[in-house]
Amino acid sequence: MSTLRWEAGLQLALMLLSLFVVLPFLWVFAASFRSQINLLMGEFWFEPTLTAYREVLFSRTSTFVANAWNSLVVGLASTALSLLAATLGAWSLYRMPWPRWWVHLLLLWSLVLQMIPPVTLAGGWYVMARAVGLDNTHLGLILAHATLNLPMALWMMGVYVRDVPQELVEAARLDGASNGVLLWRIVLPLVAPGLAAAGVLCFVFSWNEFAAALNLTMRDTATVPVSIAKFAQEFEIRYVEMAAAASLSALPALLLLLVAQRWIVKGLTLGAVK
Amino acid sequence: MSLATGTGAALAVPAQRVRPADPDALWRWAALSPALLLMLGLGLLPVLNLVALGFFDVHWAEGQSELRFVGTAHYAALAKDPLFGSAILNTVVFAIGAVAGQMGLGFALALLCSKATRGRTFWRAVFILPVLLPGIVIGAMWKLMMNPDFGAIAQLLDLFGLPPVDWLGNARLALFSVVLVDIWHWTPFCFLLFLAGLEALPRDVYEAAKVDGASTWQELRYVTLPLMWPTIAVTFVFRLVLAFKVFDEVYLLTGGGPGTATEVVSFTIYLRFFTQDRAGYGAAMSVAVIFLIFLMLAAAAATRRRVQPA
Repeated sequence: MSTLRWEAGLQLALMLLSLFVVLPFLWVFAASFRSQINLLMGEFWFEPTLTAYREVLFSRTSTFVANAWNSLVVGLASTALSLLAATLGAWSLYRMPWPRWWVHLLLLWSLVLQMIPPVTLAGGWYVMARAVGLDNTHLGLILAHATLNLPMALWMMGVYVRDVPQELVEAARLDGASNGVLLWRIVLPLVAPGLAAAGVLCFVFSWNEFAAALNLTMRDTATVPVSIAKFAQEFEIRYVEMAAAASLSALPALLLLLVAQRWIVKGLTLGAVK
Repeated sequence: MSLATGTGAALAVPAQRVRPADPDALWRWAALSPALLLMLGLGLLPVLNLVALGFFDVHWAEGQSELRFVGTAHYAALAKDPLFGSAILNTVVFAIGAVAGQMGLGFALALLCSKATRGRTFWRAVFILPVLLPGIVIGAMWKLMMNPDFGAIAQLLDLFGLPPVDWLGNARLALFSVVLVDIWHWTPFCFLLFLAGLEALPRDVYEAAKVDGASTWQELRYVTLPLMWPTIAVTFVFRLVLAFKVFDEVYLLTGGGPGTATEVVSFTIYLRFFTQDRAGYGAAMSVAVIFLIFLMLAAAAATRRRVQPA
């Protein structure tokens, strides 16, 4: 009986604490259905209106839909590039006869890259991109995001690549499997959970990334975070539209949390617990 | 198939690091090359670029950059720049305040959640949501919430008859407010790592503690905390590194203001490099920050060596 009461109290406490997370979302979501005047007046009750969404999605001056498309393209392409480089790179670094100092040096550099503020790298990228005409292009931002996510992806794939049993690799070699077949048929299925976890996170981080996107893109190549920041930058802050755009851009995270919570949790906790 | 064609051959080499016979160095390099190209071409090259730019005055004109050599003038100016010093101080205050809050709250929440026998997956999903959102969206949400005229917090205070607080417009409060928002954003990350750590702890130790009649507090103090120490350390380092890079929330919430009250290092670099057309000075600032990071890494490595000599 007492354990039952204890459990009930615990659930109640968790429910109350979750309000801290949920209520700000609900309040902002509600604000996105207000009119600007209603919001500024600070009234509690309001008649829901879709004005803000209409303005964000369909107005001629809004670029939100194009920005969402840019985010999607950059997110998918940079994720693919990060995963390719990380998987092959991890396999090479961890399972091939490199000199020790070389492996350590590269891993150390990946650590430094992870620690450097993206704004500093963005400065270097901006100069380089202008020199070769990659500023204000999707490709420039794709490369930037792939580089920013590579250290994390490399470490994560490293964990999985090291776990591929050596006996399995040798057995496949004895059966005459070519290297391509070995990688495709043996290794890839074994590291697939790692690819899923790293992939989800790479995409989310690219979708969220702001510092590089802000400085490497212009109006027609900007991504969603840049677009949201614009609402706050104008002389008169467009609050309800900011709320609507913020609500819309939280959708991918909500969706991924529903369908891929397992991989997100695995990716975020990898290495910390091992 | 493109995966399988060239680079896959590298698989043949056994895991032992140093083997005298090295039949296909080509595959080894081929498999490493995409990562190497990114890490050097887009990681090292921009840093070298910044090092070089730091010795020049840069002006953009007609899509062309004009460079004028100034030697170490930027670095001399940097040493005397009070704004750079205050930016570093702001960043340190921000990072320590935010990370301390996140770790404490995250640990308490994880302890609570780990005791629940039902619905742990559900609660975990609810609590980690803020981590997955763009920093800009978090900033936009709290810019609305913290507005003194119509924000939810002002309305809440009003319910209790309290006056509204200008969270982001008051220079003495703004950095604290940004820390609060960051705590809201990243506590879930600490919670997630701590929960995973708690769930991975061996059960039998707790049973032994129970047999020995340990109180809840003693169990926490002498069993849970020592066992969780590695997870706590990893989480701390991870969060600290991220906190030092903070940019998005500051950009949206305060734009570094009021005045320079919330100007963190990333934001100062952004201002100099991108908005004030002082790319050379911004580059020198970037180099100084990267150098500080190297120092921190070296210090961390040195302490680690001293702590675990055996």
